Amino acid sequence: MLKVTFPRMGHSYIAFKMLMEEMGNEVVVPPRPSKRTLDLGVQHAPEFACLPFKILLGTYLETIEMGANTLVTSGGHGPCRAGLYAQVHHRIIQDLGHKVNMVCFEAPLRHPIDFLKKVNFLNSARLSYRAVYQAIKKGWHKLKALDNVERLTHKIRPRELVAGATSKVYRQVQLWLDQAKTYQEIDEAYHESVKALNNIPQDPDRMILKVGIIGEIYVLLEPASNQEIEEVLGNLGVEVERSIFLTGWTRDNLNKNSKDLVTCHEAAKSWIPVAIGGHGQDSVGHTVLYAQQGFDGVVQLAPFTCIPEIVSKTVLTRVSRKYNIPVLTFFLDEQTGKAGMATRLEAFVDLLRRKKLARLDTHPAVTS
Amino acid sequence: MKAYLGIDVGSVSTNIVIVTEDNEVITSLYLRTRGRPIEALQAGLKEAAAGIPSDLQIAGVGTTGSGRFLAGVMVGADVIKNEITAHAVAASLVQPNVQTVLEIGGQDSKIIILRNGVVTDFAMNTVCAAGTGSFLDQQAARLGIPIQEFGRLALKSTSSVRIAGRCTVFAESDMIHKQQMGHRVEDIINGLCEALVRNYLNNVGKGKEILPPILFQGGVAANEGIKAAFERALGFDVQIPRYYNVMGALGAAQLAKEEMSRGGKTRFKGFDVTSLSYKTRSFECNSCSNLCEIVEVLENEAIIGRWGSRCGKWDIADL
Repeated sequence: MLKVTFPRMGHSYIAFKMLMEEMGNEVVVPPRPSKRTLDLGVQHAPEFACLPFKILLGTYLETIEMGANTLVTSGGHGPCRAGLYAQVHHRIIQDLGHKVNMVCFEAPLRHPIDFLKKVNFLNSARLSYRAVYQAIKKGWHKLKALDNVERLTHKIRPRELVAGATSKVYRQVQLWLDQAKTYQEIDEAYHESVKALNNIPQDPDRMILKVGIIGEIYVLLEPASNQEIEEVLGNLGVEVERSIFLTGWTRDNLNKNSKDLVTCHEAAKSWIPVAIGGHGQDSVGHTVLYAQQGFDGVVQLAPFTCIPEIVSKTVLTRVSRKYNIPVLTFFLDEQTGKAGMATRLEAFVDLLRRKKLARLDTHPAVTS
Repeated sequence: MKAYLGIDVGSVSTNIVIVTEDNEVITSLYLRTRGRPIEALQAGLKEAAAGIPSDLQIAGVGTTGSGRFLAGVMVGADVIKNEITAHAVAASLVQPNVQTVLEIGGQDSKIIILRNGVVTDFAMNTVCAAGTGSFLDQQAARLGIPIQEFGRLALKSTSSVRIAGRCTVFAESDMIHKQQMGHRVEDIINGLCEALVRNYLNNVGKGKEILPPILFQGGVAANEGIKAAFERALGFDVQIPRYYNVMGALGAAQLAKEEMSRGGKTRFKGFDVTSLSYKTRSFECNSCSNLCEIVEVLENEAIIGRWGSRCGKWDIADL
């Protein structure tokens, strides 16, 4: 029997778990990346590989220990080495003596036959294509609910009256969504989640700063890899808007003409006119858009040695000056000490707050 | 007489400043942390207490630096602030028109851009401590030259020797190579100063508009070779404030003063804390897979501070 696992990327595992179970597989839920995950990844990965590579490798090794024999992940194309991670991971794992299946999904419209073959392989319950399609659709429905709930926490956390209340409720509602199996249950869990979050006592008069978070997808989506930056910023009174959610990313990847993608690349055009791999172009585009929408600042997250983000960081110094929007960059690697990041974020928020106050002073009408 | 206490517990040095209501600095101490922030702070406070007039009353305390939380719970701070804000505040106090602050400390380096007295931009070194005070210390020790002499020697250089500046390992092997080739020590040291400045401007200073007046502060500002290299690279005068090596503490004292001007009574526990026993201990929380490292601070066996958990479960925020 297939014992399936997949990389842990934020809350997406909740939706993948349901999908894989409906296709008749036993699922080994990947544990939240911890120090042990990182230790395992660092020990067996090439030294120069990036943080997502190491965390994923560590996760695979942990889940293999827990009994997983099939690793499901996504591939990719274009000039970022992450497109080859599945193959390299598989070799390293084999060299370590583990016999596992690696199922790496490529963009389905580019490789339709390959896609169907892999779906068949994972279809342990021998569902009809129609039923598989329905299961994927329902998984997508759940993922959208999860993303929307997370978006709502970004709005509520900076306004909460009791520190930590939002994170506590958020952990609880993820369990509700995890237990929901039918459309009706998912919708019900979603509405209850929204209600529970909206019931958190909030301070409506607090001065809230708005910060966009841009950068590489993995370190953006997995809080364990970015030292829970969204929570830290939220606790400092900052409402964050993250440039990437898994549902949005998937939509953009299936459809090159998606509205969000076109707008973002249009905004980046005069700075980086072509795809440079990863999310380099998107990072610049989103910064321009956030500036135009009146955001107070932007935080860029990048794995150490990530070329696309290094390129965009260099470009962003000029974007930042032209649009008068402060940008703070973090390169993430194995460090688990939080002090460095906390210091920089606190100073950054100080800067944004003073800037906003100065602006409100010159235009007092805005405050009233 | 009312005065304010500023404490900056950094990786390399622990600095203590006492400033009067009229901004007169009556105590300015620079002590080595040597990896033991509690002992350094207690020794510093003892020395500070011995040197102040008996009628002096501490009306507010501010802490900053990477050890600011530890120092904050030990002495009872009224304000705990990051070192970027503290340095900017101190620079504005000394030179109200300042537009650029270059700061190089023991483990980090930063640049702060101010316009009209407000911080508009800053950057700090990201992943590597290349080009900070610790490395200079190390190299001075390796060459057997007291760190105080290091910069002066660079000024005696007559020909330029190029040293790699991006990484301390590269820099050190370059220096050893050049020394074995027969280059003079003065020229090598000067080459190192230029390498550090080049790296600083290209890393933390990248894309920043550096305009005068420029203040250079932090322990490394004592190094004349680096100051000269900055002036050559920037084409502007670089000023070194009188209390260049305790500017963080000075800023913390000023922030305490601002905080207390809003009213309220200081939380300062008094200089007696130097005679209490402080201990820290840590453990790993096993409640979830985060395995957070929790640190506890004990004052005479009673827990006065605890932090490190991501969920906040263990935190004691008695501040």
